[in-house]
Amino acid sequence: MASDAVAEQERMRRFRDAALPHLDDVYTLARYLMRNAADAEDAVQECYLRAIRHFDSYRGPAMKPWLLAILRNVCNAEFARRSKEELPTDYSQEESLAEEMPMWQEPQASPEKVMLRQQDSATIRRLVAELPAPFREAIVLREINDLSYQEIAEVTGVPVGTVMSRLARARAMLRSAWNTAEASTAKPGSATASGITL
Amino acid sequence: MNCAEFEVLLHALIDGELDAGHARDVEAHAAICSACGEKLASFRAMRDAMSGAALKETTPAHLRNRIEAALPVPQARVIPMRGLLKPTRRSFFGGFAVGSALSAAAAASLMLAVVRNNQEQTITDEVVSAHIRSLQAGHLIDVATSDQHTVKPWFNGRVDVAPPVVDLTAESFTLLGGRLDYVNSEPVAAIVYQRRKHVINLFVAQHLGGRHPRIVADSVQGYNVRHWSQDGLDLWAVSDLVGDELDEFVQKVASALRRPPSAS
Repeated sequence: MASDAVAEQERMRRFRDAALPHLDDVYTLARYLMRNAADAEDAVQECYLRAIRHFDSYRGPAMKPWLLAILRNVCNAEFARRSKEELPTDYSQEESLAEEMPMWQEPQASPEKVMLRQQDSATIRRLVAELPAPFREAIVLREINDLSYQEIAEVTGVPVGTVMSRLARARAMLRSAWNTAEASTAKPGSATASGITL
Repeated sequence: MNCAEFEVLLHALIDGELDAGHARDVEAHAAICSACGEKLASFRAMRDAMSGAALKETTPAHLRNRIEAALPVPQARVIPMRGLLKPTRRSFFGGFAVGSALSAAAAASLMLAVVRNNQEQTITDEVVSAHIRSLQAGHLIDVATSDQHTVKPWFNGRVDVAPPVVDLTAESFTLLGGRLDYVNSEPVAAIVYQRRKHVINLFVAQHLGGRHPRIVADSVQGYNVRHWSQDGLDLWAVSDLVGDELDEFVQKVASALRRPPSAS
Protein backbone atom coordinates (compact mmCIF):
# COMPACT_ATOMS: atom_id res chain seq x y z
CA MET A 1 0.00 0.00 0.00
CA ALA A 2 2.65 2.43 1.09
CA SER A 3 4.68 1.80 -2.04
CA ASP A 4 1.58 2.47 -4.17
CA ALA A 5 1.17 5.76 -2.41
CA VAL A 6 4.79 6.64 -3.01
CA ALA A 7 4.52 5.65 -6.67
CA GLU A 8 1.38 7.73 -7.11
CA GLN A 9 3.03 10.65 -5.37
CA GLU A 10 6.04 10.28 -7.64
CA ARG A 11 3.79 10.12 -10.73
CA MET A 12 2.02 13.28 -9.66
CA ARG A 13 5.29 15.05 -9.00
CA ARG A 14 6.57 14.07 -12.45
CA PHE A 15 3.39 15.31 -14.05
CA ARG A 16 3.55 18.62 -12.23
CA ASP A 17 7.22 19.14 -13.13
CA ALA A 18 6.61 18.25 -16.75
CA ALA A 19 3.24 19.87 -17.43
CA LEU A 20 2.88 22.95 -15.24
CA PRO A 21 5.74 24.93 -16.84
CA HIS A 22 3.73 24.91 -20.10
CA LEU A 23 0.57 26.33 -18.56
CA ASP A 24 1.03 29.77 -20.15
CA ASP A 25 1.55 28.19 -23.57
CA VAL A 26 -1.57 26.09 -23.19
CA TYR A 27 -3.61 29.04 -21.95
CA THR A 28 -2.32 31.23 -24.79
CA LEU A 29 -3.39 28.74 -27.45
CA ALA A 30 -6.74 28.34 -25.70
CA ARG A 31 -7.30 32.10 -25.76
CA TYR A 32 -6.57 32.32 -29.47
CA LEU A 33 -8.65 29.25 -30.33
CA MET A 34 -11.67 29.97 -28.10
CA ARG A 35 -11.37 33.74 -28.44
CA ASN A 36 -12.69 34.51 -24.99
CA ALA A 37 -11.31 34.17 -21.50
CA ALA A 38 -14.03 32.09 -19.84
CA ASP A 39 -14.10 29.40 -22.55
CA ALA A 40 -10.31 29.36 -22.63
CA GLU A 41 -10.17 28.71 -18.89
CA ASP A 42 -12.61 25.82 -19.14
CA ALA A 43 -10.62 24.34 -22.02
CA VAL A 44 -7.31 24.62 -20.17
CA GLN A 45 -8.73 22.97 -17.08
CA GLU A 46 -10.21 20.13 -19.13
CA CYS A 47 -6.89 19.78 -20.98
CA TYR A 48 -4.92 19.28 -17.77
CA LEU A 49 -7.45 16.82 -16.40
CA ARG A 50 -7.20 14.76 -19.59
CA ALA A 51 -3.43 15.05 -19.57
CA ILE A 52 -3.13 13.63 -16.06
CA ARG A 53 -5.43 10.75 -17.02
CA HIS A 54 -3.31 9.91 -20.04
CA PHE A 55 0.05 10.71 -18.52
CA ASP A 56 0.90 7.00 -18.18
CA SER A 57 0.68 6.55 -21.93
CA TYR A 58 2.79 9.64 -22.58
CA ARG A 59 6.08 8.58 -24.16
CA GLY A 60 7.46 11.89 -25.24
CA PRO A 61 9.31 13.27 -27.01
CA ALA A 62 8.19 16.74 -25.96
CA MET A 63 5.60 17.68 -23.36
CA LYS A 64 4.55 21.02 -24.84
CA PRO A 65 3.24 19.74 -28.22
CA TRP A 66 1.58 16.82 -26.42
CA LEU A 67 -0.34 19.20 -24.15
CA LEU A 68 -1.20 21.55 -27.01
CA ALA A 69 -2.58 18.62 -29.03
CA ILE A 70 -4.84 17.68 -26.11
CA LEU A 71 -5.93 21.31 -25.72
CA ARG A 72 -6.74 21.52 -29.39
CA ASN A 73 -8.87 18.37 -29.18
CA VAL A 74 -10.73 19.82 -26.21
CA CYS A 75 -11.45 23.03 -28.13
CA ASN A 76 -12.57 21.19 -31.26
CA ALA A 77 -14.85 18.94 -29.22
CA GLU A 78 -16.40 22.05 -27.70
CA PHE A 79 -16.93 23.62 -31.12
CA ALA A 80 -18.48 20.37 -32.38
CA ARG A 81 -20.84 20.27 -29.40
CA ARG A 82 -21.87 23.88 -30.00
CA SER A 83 -22.53 23.41 -33.68
CA LYS A 84 -24.79 20.46 -32.78
CA GLU A 85 -26.71 22.65 -30.39
CA GLU A 86 -26.59 25.41 -32.98
CA LEU A 87 -25.58 27.98 -30.48
CA PRO A 88 -24.14 31.08 -32.06
CA THR A 89 -20.56 31.67 -31.10
CA ASP A 90 -20.23 34.61 -28.80
CA TYR A 91 -17.40 36.84 -29.86
CA SER A 92 -18.53 39.80 -27.79
CA GLN A 93 -15.75 39.37 -25.30
CA GLU A 94 -13.22 39.63 -28.02
CA GLU A 95 -13.04 43.38 -27.64
CA SER A 96 -11.88 42.99 -24.08
CA LEU A 97 -8.82 41.08 -25.27
CA ALA A 98 -6.76 44.22 -25.46
CA GLU A 99 -7.72 45.42 -21.99
CA GLU A 100 -6.87 42.13 -20.37
CA MET A 101 -3.34 42.09 -21.65
CA PRO A 102 -0.83 41.25 -18.97
CA MET A 103 1.55 44.01 -18.03
CA TRP A 104 4.55 43.81 -20.28
CA GLN A 105 7.55 44.26 -18.10
CA GLU A 106 10.57 45.67 -19.73
CA PRO A 107 12.54 47.58 -17.16
CA GLN A 108 14.95 49.16 -19.60
CA ALA A 109 12.41 50.69 -21.92
CA SER A 110 11.23 54.22 -21.37
CA PRO A 111 7.58 54.58 -20.29
CA GLU A 112 6.49 55.97 -23.63
CA LYS A 113 8.23 53.15 -25.48
CA VAL A 114 6.38 50.63 -23.31
CA MET A 115 3.09 52.26 -24.17
CA LEU A 116 3.79 52.07 -27.88
CA ARG A 117 4.76 48.47 -27.67
CA GLN A 118 1.61 47.60 -25.74
CA GLN A 119 -0.38 49.31 -28.41
CA ASP A 120 1.36 47.31 -31.07
CA SER A 121 0.95 44.03 -29.21
CA ALA A 122 -2.76 44.66 -28.75
CA THR A 123 -3.15 45.36 -32.45
CA ILE A 124 -1.20 42.29 -33.46
CA ARG A 125 -3.26 40.14 -31.08
CA ARG A 126 -6.45 41.44 -32.59
CA LEU A 127 -5.23 40.80 -36.13
CA VAL A 128 -4.16 37.26 -35.26
CA ALA A 129 -7.48 36.62 -33.50
CA GLU A 130 -9.35 37.64 -36.64
CA LEU A 131 -7.67 35.04 -38.88
CA PRO A 132 -9.75 32.01 -39.91
CA ALA A 133 -9.24 29.06 -37.57
CA PRO A 134 -6.74 26.81 -39.43
CA PHE A 135 -4.48 29.77 -40.23
CA ARG A 136 -4.81 31.33 -36.79
CA GLU A 137 -3.88 28.02 -35.21
CA ALA A 138 -0.83 27.57 -37.45
CA ILE A 139 0.52 31.06 -36.80
CA VAL A 140 -0.03 30.87 -33.02
CA LEU A 141 1.66 27.47 -32.75
CA ARG A 142 4.59 28.78 -34.78
CA GLU A 143 5.10 32.36 -33.59
CA ILE A 144 3.83 32.26 -30.03
CA ASN A 145 4.09 28.65 -28.88
CA ASP A 146 7.34 28.38 -30.83
CA LEU A 147 6.82 24.87 -32.21
CA SER A 148 8.77 23.44 -35.12
CA TYR A 149 6.96 22.55 -38.36
CA GLN A 150 7.13 18.89 -37.45
CA GLU A 151 5.56 19.56 -34.05
CA ILE A 152 2.81 21.71 -35.58
CA ALA A 153 2.09 18.89 -38.02
CA GLU A 154 1.77 16.45 -35.13
CA VAL A 155 -0.43 18.75 -33.06
CA THR A 156 -2.79 19.59 -35.91
CA GLY A 157 -2.72 16.15 -37.55
CA VAL A 158 -1.77 17.33 -41.04
CA PRO A 159 1.36 16.78 -43.17
CA VAL A 160 4.28 19.21 -42.88
CA GLY A 161 3.55 20.45 -46.41
CA THR A 162 0.09 21.56 -45.29
CA VAL A 163 1.62 23.33 -42.29
CA MET A 164 3.91 25.23 -44.64
CA SER A 165 1.15 26.33 -46.99
CA ARG A 166 -1.10 27.33 -44.07
CA LEU A 167 1.67 29.41 -42.58
CA ALA A 168 2.29 31.09 -45.93
CA ARG A 169 -1.44 31.89 -46.26
CA ALA A 170 -1.67 32.98 -42.63
CA ARG A 171 1.24 35.40 -42.93
CA ALA A 172 0.00 36.76 -46.24
CA MET A 173 -3.43 37.46 -44.70
CA LEU A 174 -1.87 38.88 -41.58
CA ARG A 175 0.39 41.15 -43.58
CA SER A 176 -2.42 42.69 -45.58
CA ALA A 177 -4.58 43.12 -42.46
CA TRP A 178 -1.54 44.65 -40.75
CA ASN A 179 -0.98 47.13 -43.54
CA THR A 180 -4.64 48.13 -43.43
CA ALA A 181 -4.48 48.60 -39.67
CA GLU A 182 -1.30 50.66 -39.92
CA ALA A 183 -2.76 52.84 -42.61
CA SER A 184 -5.94 53.51 -40.64
CA THR A 185 -4.21 54.30 -37.36
CA ALA A 186 -1.22 56.17 -38.78
CA LYS A 187 -1.17 59.78 -37.68
CA PRO A 188 1.36 62.37 -38.65
CA GLY A 189 4.33 62.13 -36.34
CA SER A 190 3.37 58.74 -34.92
CA ALA A 191 3.54 56.73 -38.10
CA THR A 192 7.23 55.97 -37.72
CA ALA A 193 7.07 55.42 -33.98
CA SER A 194 6.17 51.77 -34.22
CA GLY A 195 9.26 51.15 -36.30
CA ILE A 196 7.39 48.64 -38.40
CA THR A 197 7.33 49.10 -42.11
CA LEU A 198 5.77 46.41 -44.17
CA MET B 1 13.38 28.05 -58.25
CA ASN B 2 10.35 29.96 -59.44
CA CYS B 3 8.38 32.66 -57.61
CA ALA B 4 5.55 30.28 -56.64
CA GLU B 5 7.95 27.91 -54.91
CA PHE B 6 9.67 30.83 -53.29
CA GLU B 7 6.35 32.08 -51.92
CA VAL B 8 6.07 29.01 -49.67
CA LEU B 9 9.75 28.29 -49.01
CA LEU B 10 10.51 31.80 -47.80
CA HIS B 11 8.56 31.01 -44.63
CA ALA B 12 10.58 27.88 -44.01
CA LEU B 13 13.65 30.05 -44.46
CA ILE B 14 12.68 32.69 -41.91
CA ASP B 15 11.52 29.98 -39.52
CA GLY B 16 14.92 28.33 -39.70
CA GLU B 17 13.43 25.10 -41.05
CA LEU B 18 15.52 24.81 -44.21
CA ASP B 19 18.77 22.95 -44.55
CA ALA B 20 21.77 24.93 -45.73
CA GLY B 21 21.41 23.90 -49.39
CA HIS B 22 17.78 24.93 -49.75
CA ALA B 23 18.35 28.08 -47.72
CA ARG B 24 21.01 29.10 -50.24
CA ASP B 25 18.61 28.48 -53.14
CA VAL B 26 15.91 30.61 -51.54
CA GLU B 27 18.34 33.43 -50.72
CA ALA B 28 19.70 33.26 -54.25
CA HIS B 29 16.23 33.68 -55.74
CA ALA B 30 15.53 36.63 -53.43
CA ALA B 31 18.74 38.24 -54.64
CA ILE B 32 17.85 38.09 -58.33
CA CYS B 33 14.07 38.67 -58.12
CA SER B 34 13.37 42.05 -56.58
CA ALA B 35 9.66 41.40 -55.96
CA CYS B 36 10.47 38.23 -54.03
CA GLY B 37 13.33 40.00 -52.26
CA GLU B 38 10.93 42.65 -50.99
CA LYS B 39 8.46 40.00 -49.94
CA LEU B 40 11.13 38.23 -47.93
CA ALA B 41 12.18 41.48 -46.26
CA SER B 42 8.63 42.41 -45.34
CA PHE B 43 7.78 38.99 -43.88
CA ARG B 44 11.01 39.09 -41.92
CA ALA B 45 10.07 42.51 -40.54
CA MET B 46 6.63 41.23 -39.57
CA ARG B 47 8.12 38.19 -37.91
CA ASP B 48 10.59 40.36 -35.93
CA ALA B 49 7.76 42.65 -34.85
CA MET B 50 5.77 39.64 -33.70
CA SER B 51 8.59 38.13 -31.70
CA GLY B 52 9.19 41.50 -30.05
CA ALA B 53 5.54 41.94 -29.13
CA ALA B 54 3.78 40.60 -26.05
CA LEU B 55 1.56 38.05 -27.74
CA LYS B 56 1.77 35.35 -25.12
CA GLU B 57 -0.90 35.26 -22.46
CA THR B 58 -0.26 34.88 -18.77
CA THR B 59 -2.45 32.33 -17.06
CA PRO B 60 -4.72 34.11 -14.56
CA ALA B 61 -3.73 33.26 -10.99
CA HIS B 62 -7.15 31.85 -10.12
CA LEU B 63 -6.95 29.40 -13.04
CA ARG B 64 -3.41 28.37 -12.13
CA ASN B 65 -4.50 27.78 -8.54
CA ARG B 66 -7.52 25.80 -9.65
CA ILE B 67 -5.41 23.53 -11.86
CA GLU B 68 -2.79 22.99 -9.19
CA ALA B 69 -5.55 22.15 -6.76
CA ALA B 70 -7.16 19.80 -9.28
CA LEU B 71 -4.03 17.68 -9.51
CA PRO B 72 -4.95 15.18 -6.86
CA VAL B 73 -2.50 15.10 -4.02
CA PRO B 74 -3.99 12.62 -1.54
CA GLN B 75 -3.71 14.16 1.90
CA ALA B 76 -2.74 11.03 3.78
CA ARG B 77 0.17 10.52 1.43
CA VAL B 78 1.56 13.98 1.69
CA ILE B 79 2.55 13.88 5.31
CA PRO B 80 5.03 11.00 5.22
CA MET B 81 6.47 12.40 1.99
CA ARG B 82 7.11 15.75 3.59
CA GLY B 83 8.93 13.93 6.32
CA LEU B 84 11.07 12.24 3.71
CA LEU B 85 11.74 15.33 1.69
CA LYS B 86 12.92 17.50 4.51
CA PRO B 87 14.64 15.23 6.97
CA THR B 88 15.94 16.93 10.04
CA ARG B 89 19.23 15.57 11.23
CA ARG B 90 17.56 14.09 14.21
CA SER B 91 14.79 12.27 12.38
CA PHE B 92 17.28 11.02 9.86
CA PHE B 93 19.53 9.34 12.39
CA GLY B 94 16.59 8.54 14.59
CA GLY B 95 15.06 6.62 11.73
CA PHE B 96 18.09 4.42 11.43
CA ALA B 97 18.29 3.82 15.13
CA VAL B 98 14.68 2.75 15.45
CA GLY B 99 13.55 0.82 12.45
CA SER B 100 16.48 -0.45 10.50
CA ALA B 101 18.91 -3.28 10.69
CA LEU B 102 21.50 -1.43 8.65
CA SER B 103 25.02 -1.59 9.92
CA ALA B 104 26.67 1.66 10.88
CA ALA B 105 28.88 1.48 7.80
CA ALA B 106 25.95 1.00 5.46
CA ALA B 107 24.14 3.86 7.14
CA ALA B 108 27.16 6.09 6.74
CA SER B 109 27.56 5.32 3.06
CA LEU B 110 23.85 5.87 2.48
CA MET B 111 24.11 9.18 4.27
CA LEU B 112 27.04 10.12 2.06
CA ALA B 113 25.10 9.22 -1.07
CA VAL B 114 22.15 11.30 0.06
CA VAL B 115 24.30 14.29 0.88
CA ARG B 116 26.17 14.11 -2.39
CA ASN B 117 22.97 13.84 -4.37
CA ASN B 118 21.54 16.78 -2.49
CA GLN B 119 24.59 18.85 -3.36
CA GLU B 120 24.29 17.83 -6.98
CA GLN B 121 20.59 18.68 -6.92
CA THR B 122 21.32 22.07 -5.36
CA ILE B 123 23.78 22.86 -8.11
CA THR B 124 21.35 21.66 -10.77
CA ASP B 125 18.71 23.97 -9.31
CA GLU B 126 21.18 26.85 -9.16
CA VAL B 127 22.25 26.31 -12.74
CA VAL B 128 18.61 26.37 -13.86
CA SER B 129 17.99 29.51 -11.78
CA ALA B 130 20.99 31.15 -13.41
CA HIS B 131 19.55 30.20 -16.80
CA ILE B 132 16.14 31.68 -15.96
CA ARG B 133 17.79 34.82 -14.54
CA SER B 134 19.76 35.22 -17.75
CA LEU B 135 16.54 35.31 -19.79
CA GLN B 136 15.33 38.43 -18.02
CA ALA B 137 15.84 41.56 -20.06
CA GLY B 138 19.42 42.70 -20.29
CA HIS B 139 20.96 39.84 -18.30
CA LEU B 140 21.74 37.42 -21.08
CA ILE B 141 25.13 38.53 -22.31
CA ASP B 142 27.97 40.73 -21.10
CA VAL B 143 29.89 40.43 -24.35
CA ALA B 144 27.66 40.16 -27.41
CA THR B 145 29.25 38.72 -30.49
CA SER B 146 28.99 35.77 -32.79
CA ASP B 147 32.77 35.59 -33.00
CA GLN B 148 34.29 32.91 -30.81
CA HIS B 149 37.64 34.71 -30.83
CA THR B 150 36.08 37.71 -29.11
CA VAL B 151 34.23 35.71 -26.47
CA LYS B 152 37.11 33.56 -25.28
CA PRO B 153 39.63 36.32 -24.44
CA TRP B 154 36.89 38.33 -22.74
CA PHE B 155 36.85 35.78 -19.91
CA ASN B 156 40.58 36.31 -19.20
CA GLY B 157 40.95 37.49 -15.62
CA ARG B 158 37.25 37.13 -14.96
CA VAL B 159 37.15 33.40 -14.32
CA ASP B 160 39.92 30.94 -13.48
CA VAL B 161 39.32 28.81 -16.54
CA ALA B 162 39.72 29.38 -20.24
CA PRO B 163 36.23 28.29 -21.28
CA PRO B 164 35.91 26.52 -24.60
CA VAL B 165 34.02 28.65 -27.11
CA VAL B 166 33.18 26.67 -30.21
CA ASP B 167 31.59 27.81 -33.44
CA LEU B 168 28.48 25.71 -34.08
CA THR B 169 26.88 27.99 -36.67
CA ALA B 170 27.05 25.19 -39.22
CA GLU B 171 25.00 23.05 -36.84
CA SER B 172 22.49 25.94 -36.57
CA PHE B 173 23.44 26.78 -33.00
CA THR B 174 24.17 30.50 -33.12
CA LEU B 175 26.75 31.91 -30.73
CA LEU B 176 25.25 35.00 -29.04
CA GLY B 177 28.08 35.84 -26.66
CA GLY B 178 29.34 35.30 -23.14
CA ARG B 179 28.49 36.29 -19.61
CA LEU B 180 30.02 36.12 -16.17
CA ASP B 181 27.62 34.36 -13.81
CA TYR B 182 27.66 33.01 -10.28
CA VAL B 183 26.63 29.49 -9.40
CA ASN B 184 27.11 28.03 -5.93
CA SER B 185 28.75 31.38 -5.02
CA GLU B 186 31.54 30.77 -7.52
CA PRO B 187 32.14 32.76 -10.69
CA VAL B 188 31.45 30.66 -13.76
CA ALA B 189 31.70 31.36 -17.46
CA ALA B 190 28.40 31.25 -19.31
CA ILE B 191 28.54 30.91 -23.08
CA VAL B 192 25.25 31.66 -24.75
CA TYR B 193 23.95 29.95 -27.86
CA GLN B 194 20.63 30.04 -29.60
CA ARG B 195 18.67 27.69 -31.81
CA ARG B 196 15.50 29.17 -33.28
CA LYS B 197 14.10 31.07 -30.29
CA HIS B 198 15.59 28.79 -27.68
CA VAL B 199 18.49 30.10 -25.65
CA ILE B 200 21.13 27.66 -24.45
CA ASN B 201 23.41 28.56 -21.57
CA LEU B 202 26.64 26.57 -21.40
CA PHE B 203 28.11 27.02 -17.92
CA VAL B 204 31.77 26.16 -17.54
CA ALA B 205 33.83 26.00 -14.35
CA GLN B 206 36.70 24.04 -12.89
CA HIS B 207 34.53 22.44 -10.23
CA LEU B 208 30.78 22.52 -10.39
CA GLY B 209 29.16 19.37 -9.05
CA GLY B 210 30.59 15.85 -9.10
CA ARG B 211 32.80 14.55 -11.87
CA HIS B 212 30.77 12.87 -14.57
CA PRO B 213 32.75 11.61 -17.58
CA ARG B 214 29.41 10.52 -19.04
CA ILE B 215 26.62 12.97 -19.74
CA VAL B 216 24.02 13.23 -16.98
CA ALA B 217 20.56 14.26 -18.12
CA ASP B 218 18.06 16.01 -15.89
CA SER B 219 15.01 18.19 -16.18
CA VAL B 220 14.01 20.93 -13.75
CA GLN B 221 10.94 23.16 -14.02
CA GLY B 222 10.60 22.17 -17.65
CA TYR B 223 14.19 23.07 -18.52
CA ASN B 224 16.49 20.38 -19.79
CA VAL B 225 19.87 20.11 -18.12
CA ARG B 226 22.93 18.17 -19.30
CA HIS B 227 26.05 17.90 -17.19
CA TRP B 228 29.38 16.31 -17.94
CA SER B 229 33.09 16.67 -17.20
CA GLN B 230 35.76 16.95 -19.82
CA ASP B 231 39.36 18.17 -19.93
CA GLY B 232 39.30 19.02 -16.23
CA LEU B 233 36.22 21.18 -16.62
CA ASP B 234 32.65 20.75 -15.48
CA LEU B 235 30.15 21.73 -18.16
CA TRP B 236 26.43 22.32 -17.76
CA ALA B 237 24.08 22.97 -20.66
CA VAL B 238 20.61 24.34 -19.84
CA SER B 239 17.82 25.16 -22.25
CA ASP B 240 14.13 24.85 -22.97
CA LEU B 241 15.09 23.05 -26.17
CA VAL B 242 13.68 19.53 -26.39
CA GLY B 243 15.98 16.89 -24.94
CA ASP B 244 17.06 15.47 -28.29
CA GLU B 245 18.20 18.82 -29.59
CA LEU B 246 20.04 19.67 -26.38
CA ASP B 247 21.74 16.26 -26.60
CA GLU B 248 22.79 17.15 -30.13
CA PHE B 249 24.24 20.42 -28.84
CA VAL B 250 26.13 18.66 -26.05
CA GLN B 251 27.54 16.10 -28.50
CA LYS B 252 28.75 18.88 -30.80
CA VAL B 253 30.43 20.75 -27.97
CA ALA B 254 31.99 17.58 -26.57
CA SER B 255 33.38 16.50 -29.92
CA ALA B 256 34.66 20.01 -30.66
CA LEU B 257 36.55 19.86 -27.35
CA ARG B 258 38.05 16.51 -28.24
CA ARG B 259 39.51 17.90 -31.44
CA PRO B 260 42.96 19.46 -31.02
CA PRO B 261 42.66 23.25 -30.97
CA SER B 262 42.89 24.77 -34.42
CA ALA B 263 45.78 27.03 -35.39
CA SER B 264 43.75 30.19 -34.82
